[in-house]
Formats: sequence, C-alpha cells, structure tokens
Amino acid sequence: MFSPELRAKAEQIVDRFPVKRSALLPLLHLVQHQDGFVSADGVAECAELLDLTKAEVAAVSTFYTMYKREEMGEHLVSVCTNFSCAVRGGQATFDRLKDHLGVGHDETTEDGKFTLEHAECLGNCEGAPVVTVDYLNYEWVDPDQAVELVEAVRAGNPPQPTRGMLPPGIRAASHRLAGIGPIDPDGPGQRLGLATKEDGAVPQPEAGIGSGQVGVIAFAPTAAPAPESSTDVPDEVPPPEQDAGEITEPAEPAEDGDADVGAPADTDPQADPKAQPVADDADQEGEE
Amino acid sequence: MPEVKVLSKRYDVPDAHTLEGYTRTDGWKALKRALNQDPAALRDVVKDSGLRGRGGAGFPTGLKWSFVPQDTGKPVYLVINADEGEPGTFKDRELMERDPFQLIEGILCSAYALNSPRSFIFLRGEYLWSGIRIEEALAEAYAAGYVGDDVMGSGFSHHITLHYGSGAYICGEETALLEALEGRRGQPRLRPPFPAVAGLYACPTVINNVESIAAAGHIIEHGANWWKQWGPERSPGTKLFCVSGEVKRPGNYEYPMGTPARQIIEEACGGMLDGRELKFWAPGGSSTPLLTDEHYDIPMDFDSIAAAGSLMGTGAMMMYSNKTSVIEATLNWIRFYEHESCGKCTPCREGNFWVGQILERILAGRGRPEDIATLDELADNIFGRSFCALADGATSSVKSGIKYFRDEYEYVIANGRLPDHIEPHAGVITDNAQTDRPPMHAGVGHV
Repeated sequence: MFSPELRAKAEQIVDRFPVKRSALLPLLHLVQHQDGFVSADGVAECAELLDLTKAEVAAVSTFYTMYKREEMGEHLVSVCTNFSCAVRGGQATFDRLKDHLGVGHDETTEDGKFTLEHAECLGNCEGAPVVTVDYLNYEWVDPDQAVELVEAVRAGNPPQPTRGMLPPGIRAASHRLAGIGPIDPDGPGQRLGLATKEDGAVPQPEAGIGSGQVGVIAFAPTAAPAPESSTDVPDEVPPPEQDAGEITEPAEPAEDGDADVGAPADTDPQADPKAQPVADDADQEGEE
Repeated sequence: MPEVKVLSKRYDVPDAHTLEGYTRTDGWKALKRALNQDPAALRDVVKDSGLRGRGGAGFPTGLKWSFVPQDTGKPVYLVINADEGEPGTFKDRELMERDPFQLIEGILCSAYALNSPRSFIFLRGEYLWSGIRIEEALAEAYAAGYVGDDVMGSGFSHHITLHYGSGAYICGEETALLEALEGRRGQPRLRPPFPAVAGLYACPTVINNVESIAAAGHIIEHGANWWKQWGPERSPGTKLFCVSGEVKRPGNYEYPMGTPARQIIEEACGGMLDGRELKFWAPGGSSTPLLTDEHYDIPMDFDSIAAAGSLMGTGAMMMYSNKTSVIEATLNWIRFYEHESCGKCTPCREGNFWVGQILERILAGRGRPEDIATLDELADNIFGRSFCALADGATSSVKSGIKYFRDEYEYVIANGRLPDHIEPHAGVITDNAQTDRPPMHAGVGHV
C-alpha cells in the first residue's frame, strides 16, 4: 500500500487526466518507486484508485518491459544489445557484466545492489555500446569500463554519465517516471497541478472510456462527423454509426499471452512448443 | 548542399535548454507570429509547406491536420509521439535533450492551429534525461506564461502534460500509443475510426512525431516557401539524419532532404571506419529494407529511397561493413521484433519467432538448403497480414538480406560457419578508438 504521502501524490496523478484510467502507467511507476517492482498490493491499490479490476491492472503491468515482476536491486543496469551497439561490442559488454555480477538477464545480485538486463535499442546509437544505470546513459562502454562503472556505482561514487545527472537509484528514478518531478518538492521538474482533468476535459456523458464500462470504448452514435474531410482522402472514412470501437481488455489473466515474456537471448526455444514446427533440432548451443 | 541547421541550430548553444538561453537565441518568434493569425490559415501554411511526417510513415502533416473535425463539441487533442524506439533512431532524443523549448514552441503553435486545449507528450520511459529536460522546460514555460491559461495574453489556453511510457516499441504506433496513454496494453486499434476523428478518449486527435512538430513551428514562423527551399518537391525541408554503425563519427546531422547518402556519411561522419568498406545499410532504421553499396549515392528523400526499394523511415542510417554478417544483423533485429510484438496478430507473434529459430540454426551451423526459401515464404506470410506496420518492418531485413546477400546465406548453410573475412559481431570494439567522442552535455539534476 502507498504511504500516506505517496497516496496523496497518487490521487493528484489521477486528478491530472481528463479520464482517470490514463493515470495507470504513471501509477505503476509510482508503485515501483515504493516497492521496487509491481507488487500485488500496488496492483490492488491502482485498481481501487481507478475503478478497475485487479486483473485489468495486472494485464497492463505485465505488458510493459519497464514494469518488473520481482524486486529490483538498488540500481538497474541496462546494456543495449541491439545491432548498432552489438557491432561495437554491446554483447561483449553485457556478457562481461553477467560474469562479473554473477547474474543473468533480469536478475538481481545477492547483495541487492544491481539488477542487470540486456535492453533493446536505448536510442543512443551514436554512443555505442551504451550502458544505462537507472536510465541514465553512459556511452562508449567497453567490457572493462563496464566493470569499472558498476564498481564505482557500488562504491557510491558513480562517474558523471555522458548525458544527464548521476544515477539516483532506480526507485528515485521511478518517482520521476511517474511524471511528478523530483522527490524533493523544491527541485526542478514537472509539478502536480500544472494541468488538471479540467484542462481539455471530455464532455460527459460522451466519454465512454473510464466511465465504468470495463474495457469497452463506446463511441457515441453521434460521433461520426467530418463529412467534408472524408472527401479529401478515400481511406479516411467516418466511423460507422454503431462501431463498437475497440474491445481491448476483457479482463484477461495476468500471465496469459504476454508479449514480452522471455527475452530473446535467454529463451530456450526447446522449452516452447511454438518453436517446434520449424526448429525441431535447434538446441541453442553456445548461447550462454 | 552542405549541412544546414534549422532544427539543430541550438545544438551548440550550451544553455539552449533554459528559458533564458532559448529566448536569447530567437525563441518564441514562431509563437508570437502564430497567435496573431487565424488558426485555419496556419493549418494551410503547414499543408502548403508539404511537410511530411518524420516518425517513419512520411504522411503529410498538414493533410493529417485537415482531417480533424473542428465542430464536434469535443476537444481536439494533440499527442506528441516521443516514443522513439526504432533501432538506430535517436534524433528526437537529442532534440529534446538539447532544445526542449523548440518542441514546446512547436506544440503551442500546432495546438493553436488545431484549436487544441490540451496536449500530451508520450515519451518512452527509457528517455529519462530527455524527460527531465522537458519537465524543467515546461516548468519555466508555465511560470513565464508561455503555457497554460491565456498564453502570452492572447486568450488562447493550452496545457501540456509529459507522460512517460514504460518500455514498449509498439507504442510508437499511433493507435497503440493512444491505448497506452489511456492506461491499457499498447496494442494497435482497428481503423477506422481514425484518430483524427476518434482518437484519445474517442475525441478528435492529432498524433505527430517530435521532429514533425518542431518543424511545424519553424514553418509557421517562416512560411511554406521558406521550407520548400530545401529538398525535392515532394519531400521538402531539412531532416535530422541519425547515423550509427561502423562509421567514424556516428551522430545526428541535419541535411536537406534529397542529400546523397554518400555525402552525409563521407562529409559529416568521416566515412566508414578505416579498413572497412560499406556492405549493407538501412536508410531509416531496422524496419526499412536493407540497401547495399550500390545504393550509396541515392538521394535521401521519401520518393528516391522508395524507388530504390526501401523506405525513408526515421532517417536512421545504420551503416555496416564487409566485416559484418547480414545474417547476424537480421537475427538481432528479428529477436527485437519478436520481443516487441504486442502479441495481437498471429503472423507477427508466431512468425517472427519462427524466423528467429531458423536464422539461429543457420548461424549455429545446422542450416539446410531449403531454409532460404522457407525464410522467404515466412516473410511473405508475415508481411501485410497484421494490424500494424511492426510486422511489415520485421520482414524487411529478412527479405532484402536474402535478395542482396543470398551468397552469404548459401555459404553459411553449406559450410556451417561465417565466411572468414567476417568477424563475429562481438569483436569489433577494437576499432572504436577511431571514433571521435561527441560533445558531452551533462547537467545537474535533482531527485
């Protein structure tokens, strides 16, 4: 459960959006700020704040890579292994860190200092290979420098990142990712209350979303305007009168059909029946 | 034409990310100009400029704006797509880090043109530093009266909210982005209805890339003809090209549309690393079909690249040499798409997995002669059979790799190993010493 102080912040986040369900992604970051992962408690509290079911919240939290299912260490170390980094040694850097820290992808060191992950493109390809600590970027990190980097972070003396501020710890970073600025209320950053749900509010009762109908966007029958614009472009057709919109989340189970289960390099294809039709003899040798 | 700095003109100004630095370097001129004009006229200016979206699809921005009905009684929302996840793409990150006010001014001008009361910047969560720069800029802009109620005393009100995503490439697809922004799993929506008619909260919504919105601000300030002085008729303007891979100076470089690829690489990036020759490259990120050294002189604009059989994409030029295996590159990217597939459509969710298995088996030395045809067929069965373009993009490197480098596939399948002149990609790091380091821009943050 959120502490009283965080509960107040959570309520203000909810109050920021014209439709309150929009607060879900920020709230899940706030849960990670408090718990270091998306806890069952946190899921329940998000559901309560947003009038959703726990299953709906869990379905969202398991979709996104940045929401972790186990408690992260003090710092999250991400190594980009996409190709522009890999071609300059990203995979070697990741492998060295794995050996040095004694953990694999998405695992946490015994002392609780680091969670290590290999990441998809971190959007800093000009500095390949890139390592981020708490989502702050260190460029040109070869395997030896990667070891130096984590040891310096462990010693509480991290070097200045190529871009940005010193890594504050993943929980502090998660506070910022909730979109509410720094923990220190006098620090610079986004303020609660700058924009509220009244700014650009959706006229009621046309707002189907967030109005209590689970998972169904109900377009109002009158929501089919734009006759003049549709003449400009043949494929821009106004929605049909009774278009049910999109049925997105019929309360599916949390673990089911999740897109980001298992990261590529650590997945054993043999363990997955989906692999069988074409990869009947793949055995992943030399993978680890 | 040499490098030209429009969007990147403040990249060398150390304090451009502060209100003082931005204002001093001719900031807010576009907004002042915009607020004195009729919104409909501004929409026409952007339409006349021929600006095409910089997020990958190249759809004309002004045309997109013209689809928005202005008389529904609902608010028009403006959503900025800053979920820059395409491998090889880092143009928006640098723009937001170095010149966040440029984006804010572009948003305000666009919002005024669209009569929009509220915008959301959907930023990928990994871009924490970009986010902090935008937060700080927004706080200053709000305090100075540029954002919020009654912008600069004009009577126009607009609020901007920064919203961090949570690590999902698919959210760069505009309808998946809207799902995420509404607090759902980021899976694409069926269209129609198009977002212009029923987007965020089922209200009319414009979704534009960061670079497009920044460019719109400049166009509103200087006019359509000014923008059209650069580039070919159907791809006017300048473009941020982000170059990565085995070149000497990877980075963001702004050139007019239509600049030959060779010029950008040789002039701005210092060419390929010594001892390496260009073998294959992606002109617009890993979702765009690969090209080869034969295409080194093609003009970098939407139509010329399409004529060469690829796509402009985001302008993310990923350059790889004769020492790098196209099969390894393809496997790396397929693993990316496999991981990032949202799971909604079977061809994408399962197909990428299968392609990855086959590529992995080939590289492990157990390829079979029929594998090439199987890969080709799989790619054909993925392409065009899913809701969104993620699946199409995933097949790009498979199809084009086989097309141009069938001999490499055949060699590896026949011999069970890569050709001798190719290095395993973990080993390239020794040549990194040839690369100049980019200027750093560290800052002090509070957490």
